[in-house]
Amino acid sequence: MAQRTFKVWRGDANGGEFKEYTVETQPGMVVLDGLHRIQAEHASDLAVRWNCKAGKCGSCSMEINGKPKLGCMARLNTFEPGETITVQPLKAFPIIRDLVTDVSWNFEQNKRIAPLKTKPRDADGNHRMMQEDVDRVQEFRKCIECFLCQDVCHVLRDHKKHDQFVGPRFMIRLAQLDMHPLDTEDRIPAARKELGTGWCNITRCCTEVCPEHIQITDNAIIPMKERVVDRFYDPIAWFIGKVFGSKKS
Amino acid sequence: MSGASATAVGGHESKFAATKRSDNWWIGPVLTACGLILFFGYLTVRAFQGTWLWANPYVSPTGAPPLFTPISGYPGAIPVSHAWLGAFPNWWPKFLPQSPAFFFPGLAITFRFTCYYYRKAYYRAFAASPPACGVKGAPLKYNGETKLLIFQNLHRYALYGALFLLVCLWYESFAAFFKNGEFGIGVGTLVMFINATLLSGYTFGCHSWRHLIGGKLNCFTCDGSSKTRYKVWKKSTWFNERHMLFAWLSLFWVCFTDFYVLMVSTGGIKDLNTW
Repeated sequence: MAQRTFKVWRGDANGGEFKEYTVETQPGMVVLDGLHRIQAEHASDLAVRWNCKAGKCGSCSMEINGKPKLGCMARLNTFEPGETITVQPLKAFPIIRDLVTDVSWNFEQNKRIAPLKTKPRDADGNHRMMQEDVDRVQEFRKCIECFLCQDVCHVLRDHKKHDQFVGPRFMIRLAQLDMHPLDTEDRIPAARKELGTGWCNITRCCTEVCPEHIQITDNAIIPMKERVVDRFYDPIAWFIGKVFGSKKS
Repeated sequence: MSGASATAVGGHESKFAATKRSDNWWIGPVLTACGLILFFGYLTVRAFQGTWLWANPYVSPTGAPPLFTPISGYPGAIPVSHAWLGAFPNWWPKFLPQSPAFFFPGLAITFRFTCYYYRKAYYRAFAASPPACGVKGAPLKYNGETKLLIFQNLHRYALYGALFLLVCLWYESFAAFFKNGEFGIGVGTLVMFINATLLSGYTFGCHSWRHLIGGKLNCFTCDGSSKTRYKVWKKSTWFNERHMLFAWLSLFWVCFTDFYVLMVSTGGIKDLNTW
């Protein structure tokens, strides 16, 4: 049976250190399994958040060898044999203890986005949408809120612009609502100002780390930036909007 | 358990390029920087030379479409009859070379500079903002695209210029089937044709194009016009998913086309053709 060494950050907001643990591994194990074995054999007080172990709950987000990943989806056989695996908590959020961070800031951002405001129902009392109209929105609904995109976004991670930019996850949320065929709410002024589309410099890291392979940059952030351009930066679009009136189409 | 070392909170260092990544993350930005310097450097040199842009019936994309062309002093210059407004005017500053690249072909630079893909490429490769995902960026004040870079929002105007340029380059490609009025085909014709094709793939995958042509709509099925726009948007999405590929292929081929015309024009190689 093979052995694997993990270098796990242990500590809290006051500081901490990397500690090395070596455990037995078996084929098919993932990093989260390794952490559980560490808990069982070496450090029963190791704090790690997890739930479904199937890549669908978004709980076990962590940084594995410097890359934001889900611990339950990072298979050990994807690392070199004998390679030490470094495990850290997410950088973009305040640490609670060991690998657990306080991601509640994200839920506050969600509240800043105006919810769906639907058109009146048809005469028969129904809302109708065609599949072609909701395909785009359905891609965004795959989001499991693991917040890996938020963690890797350098606007939040390095520049700490948490008060100016809601981050990629909520750019998805914004796009999901704004592109909805039944929606009538105008979120574009907020997208530009409070939610901060201009802070993103589209370096695409959010898309690279998304475990659901959502095309965050191409399908959500850039389209939202373009919608902001329509309203605030494009003089021709602005003029047409003034003459013919702007409306959601 | 063994080996403990004190470190920053979470183990995240704050110095430039700090990361726990164990892969060769720096290869991407280094290759990107080299590619951009090589290809744009070549095109800049060629733009300032203004020579060997014409090898009848081929015209280099560095000089096409020519608004003005020099009458003398520039070997391999585009013929005056082929330039839209003839020879360079007398008011043209003496310190600047008489290069047609300073007019319409310059539109391509604005298009590529403000392109969403190239922005990613040079923000990573040159501004290290960030150099790679999960790697600490350069210690510079960050304003995103809210202040100095706010002009990036006008990418769609660069797109309008690029669309115009594309029409012109397609025209030049078809014109390259005719030498002194006689129909034929040469390797240069194919080179120019591939150039226009790759530039089309790049342009029609543009994020601004994709938005303007249909992405801005919320209902794709509400009327005939939105259904048509939806179809075009879907096609554009296919190109958009390959935007990086077309960006590099078309950039390389623009350089190659210019180089081919340069070599034929100087007599360095002989163009195989039916004329």
